[in-house]
Amino acid sequence: MAWSEDQPMVSIKNLHKSFGALEVIKGVSLDVMKGEVICIIGPSGSGKSTIIRCVNALNDMQKGSILVEGQEVNDPDLNKLELRKKVGMVFQQYNLFPHKTALENIMMAPLLVLKQDKAEVEELARQLVKKVRLEGKENNYPGELSGGQQQRVAIARSLAMTPDVMLFDEVTAALDPETVNEVLVTIKELAEDGMTCILVTHEMGFAREVADHIYFTDKGVIVEHGRPATFFDDAKDPRTKEFLSQIL
Amino acid sequence: MKNSKYKTDLPVMLSPKTATAGRFNLSLKPWHGLLLLGICVLSSTAAYTADDTANAPPFEVLLRWMPLLLKGFVFNLVISVSAMGIGTLVGAALGLGQISLHGSVRKTSWFVTQFFRNSPWLVLLFFAMFLLPFEIKVGGFTIPLPDWLKAIFGLSLPVMANVSEIVRGAIASLPSGQWEAADSLAFSRTQVLWRIILPQCVKRMLPPWMNLYSILTMATVLASIVGVSEVMTLTGQALSAEDGRTDLLMPFYSFILFLFFIYCYPIARWTVYLEQKFAVKT
Repeated sequence: MAWSEDQPMVSIKNLHKSFGALEVIKGVSLDVMKGEVICIIGPSGSGKSTIIRCVNALNDMQKGSILVEGQEVNDPDLNKLELRKKVGMVFQQYNLFPHKTALENIMMAPLLVLKQDKAEVEELARQLVKKVRLEGKENNYPGELSGGQQQRVAIARSLAMTPDVMLFDEVTAALDPETVNEVLVTIKELAEDGMTCILVTHEMGFAREVADHIYFTDKGVIVEHGRPATFFDDAKDPRTKEFLSQIL
Repeated sequence: MKNSKYKTDLPVMLSPKTATAGRFNLSLKPWHGLLLLGICVLSSTAAYTADDTANAPPFEVLLRWMPLLLKGFVFNLVISVSAMGIGTLVGAALGLGQISLHGSVRKTSWFVTQFFRNSPWLVLLFFAMFLLPFEIKVGGFTIPLPDWLKAIFGLSLPVMANVSEIVRGAIASLPSGQWEAADSLAFSRTQVLWRIILPQCVKRMLPPWMNLYSILTMATVLASIVGVSEVMTLTGQALSAEDGRTDLLMPFYSFILFLFFIYCYPIARWTVYLEQKFAVKT
């Protein structure tokens, strides 16, 4: 079980996932090293989100293995809470807790889950608010914030648990074009700070800029993957080419 | 084409017709109360003719009985508050049981809820009245179970089942993203429920819960059928004490209606207010 940093932080092997009779993931494998940023792109319904939802056990899997820091996720005796302390996640629909202020949203999990000291948590939360550039919005309720602001609170909320790896599930897909950038900047800074990130995204320019590795999925399999430069400029597979020609 | 009655091919662009009126806007208005009061006052004065010298004027009779009737009405309120309290406590537990992860707890809670929710209130009241003993012996003590206490239990059964559904429905109405976000932050199920889900549900549950309370208050007169000395029973007794004078029926019963109106109307208005207040925010 000993995991060391030269091994992949997240290692997905031959992942299979079905919803009823519908098989959405048909054998996906990928590795993410510590500090690496990978982007999963592909058409809607290709199973991108399902892959990362399996990583923190929000979805179960039928077959295959996911190791997070050496811990097997596909295990009936898995301690989901311990896994999720290491894996942060940000959603397309922000999913902030509407009855709590921005600061309370950020502080809740460290206080209740990690049982940390309140003064320390508040200090960390205020640092995070600053990091996502939301000073002055600490005491606003989610309903009073714009989509982009809510999404940045959601990122801060996830970071407050000091996760080792962050999952981003189409986090800009529900945002106005003008506010997309503020969220992308936040994620980019996070990546530059060395956070391990797995992103599902439709922002190709952004993927090209921040990703160390790009995976293209279609119909439940990884069709092609590579470094951004090779992937975007020198795609081999016809399906990748077609997809890229439509969106670039 | 279906949409041809619209001037545009894009009916989706038209502002949707919103149901602005809650159900209470349809039922209770201030003039309803004035009407009841009017009937009460008019029937107790105008119907009385001068040649009827043997009997006291109806209004005078009504005034004479009023303290007793009000006492009876307060008893109705005591029954309603108690039944609501018991029903809410047990119903909330039952509602949480309906979303339990344990299949047996979930199914049992569901069955109990459906059974009592779909039974006529009067049948449940009779059920409690005649199946509960008039006293319970615990150790050396004898706890009497008077009729009114049994009526409270009987009425709390349907309240319990309805509260159970209100709780289950409110929890189910929250976006699943709230559960997912809380799960992804490693909250335990208990924490998710008590810290994140239920606090948001209270707002959603309040209007239907108050609605239920209004219905319950009006249903407390059912207790008269099983002989509890609440306002309807006392009215009947007062009327027979006055030798069943038919000119008293209208003033007495419209007075009772008026009493219920002035109690339930503010609750109804407040419910509408809360419904509107909580309608937009999620």
